[in-house]
Amino acid sequence: MKTFDYVRPATVSDAVAAAAQPGAAYLAGGTNLLDLMKGGIARPDRLVDVTHLTGLDRIEHLADGALRIGALVRNADLAHDANFAKSYPAVAEALLSGASAQLRNAATVGGNLLQRTRCSYFYDAASACNRRAPGTGCDARGGENRLHAVLGWSEACIATHASDFCVPLVALDAVVEIEGKAGRRDIALEALHRLPGDAPHRESELEPGDLIVALRLPPEARAFAAHARYLKIRERTSYAFAIVSAAAALRIEHGTIQEARLALGGVAAKPWRARSAEATLAGASPTPAAFRRAAEVALADAKPSGDNRFKIELAQRILVRTLMLAAAGTPARIPALPASPFASVSGALQNV
Amino acid sequence: MSFPISLTINGVRRDVELDDPRVTLLDLLRERLHLTGAKKGCDRGQCGACTVLVDGRRINSCLALAISHDGADVLTIEGVARGDVLHPVQAAFIAHDGLQCGFCTPGQIMSAIGLIEEGQAGSDPERVRECMSGNLCRCGAYVGITEAVLEVQQTLAAANQRRSA
Repeated sequence: MKTFDYVRPATVSDAVAAAAQPGAAYLAGGTNLLDLMKGGIARPDRLVDVTHLTGLDRIEHLADGALRIGALVRNADLAHDANFAKSYPAVAEALLSGASAQLRNAATVGGNLLQRTRCSYFYDAASACNRRAPGTGCDARGGENRLHAVLGWSEACIATHASDFCVPLVALDAVVEIEGKAGRRDIALEALHRLPGDAPHRESELEPGDLIVALRLPPEARAFAAHARYLKIRERTSYAFAIVSAAAALRIEHGTIQEARLALGGVAAKPWRARSAEATLAGASPTPAAFRRAAEVALADAKPSGDNRFKIELAQRILVRTLMLAAAGTPARIPALPASPFASVSGALQNV
Repeated sequence: MSFPISLTINGVRRDVELDDPRVTLLDLLRERLHLTGAKKGCDRGQCGACTVLVDGRRINSCLALAISHDGADVLTIEGVARGDVLHPVQAAFIAHDGLQCGFCTPGQIMSAIGLIEEGQAGSDPERVRECMSGNLCRCGAYVGITEAVLEVQQTLAAANQRRSA
């Protein structure tokens, strides 16, 4: 790990000033950043430790019905907040399907949004990677790329965004509150992450010094609580990133879908909102045929970036399954295996 | 340059002068304070062998900078027994053969103590397995580990019932 200056600001404005310097990075939970620093992938000259800032670890119910989640709320605390899980069950399920209990205890809301891709070429300093080192090329294009993007990718970069949390959040129109050199501003989560284009190293709309201070769920987001699920296909039952994942949230009245919210994970460099697929479901009956049509629309623009054509059909299937489960109703308690599409079979033989 | 920090480790206040901001909590425990119970398995947050409780919560100490945890209350495997009396989770691991080589065991036990404190798994073996998935065991002692955690959960539940009766 390269050495760095360590700064522990007392206020948000001090933090912004300290982090606006070239080469500075914020430290919160550190679960992704320290891993990247140990691998020599992130090489900050200055770490601005925001974990001691006060007031950023609160979950607040605002007067207009919105929910405001401080950026330093730990992933586990948010997922286990009973009111939160009841109002935004797909978000809680997504959180609990990610990482391990230890990591969820440390990782923060703000850090989850800004975690870096898990593309193995990004993580290997000896590989060409336009995201890590602009202009060097992309070894993933001709390499092991079965897990890479099928939507929104470019010749310069085919990496995916790894967050589970962001997928239902983007479906529910979450808004990110940012403190920067010019003061406070809001940005829709959907607009926070950038598609790679010809500048994959510009991963988000944040400017130097910008600090995510909170995440807001608008009042309408809780209207989907009765029919909301997140499902995730991964290569082992627990503690793995998504190959593909889907969030579905429905507002159903008298057997008709009034409004649908859909998003996909593991398919692109950002959490992928499927608006055109949502539109096909408005006014429809919640039937398998309607869900299959929506899934086809959601993946209509998808194309393989390598040996990953299977992900297109897999994403369609997981979207249909998520919609079926959402239509059936949110379970009273988050399942024992959060976001798992497989039936849970208990018993000692399961591990043999 | 040196960075003075102060932590409570296994109930004892420790003042430490860090000579480098890169020192992880795991390296502070092992290399500077000679508490070698927490293990350095992967050093990348993937295996869970370095699990300790910080302010009552289980975390991977390899992905925590010591300097950032100034003021924290840390519990390691060295601090869980009372003299010669094992912690109930330690005793249950022995009773259920929850280990073979033992390398992952301090992390497994600290993780299990954290899990029980979190109160999310109850008596459901599937929830216990899911909540322990951050701790890898290359010997494959998972069946015994799950049984050990369940036994302690059941003992605690029975004790709570007796208290409230």
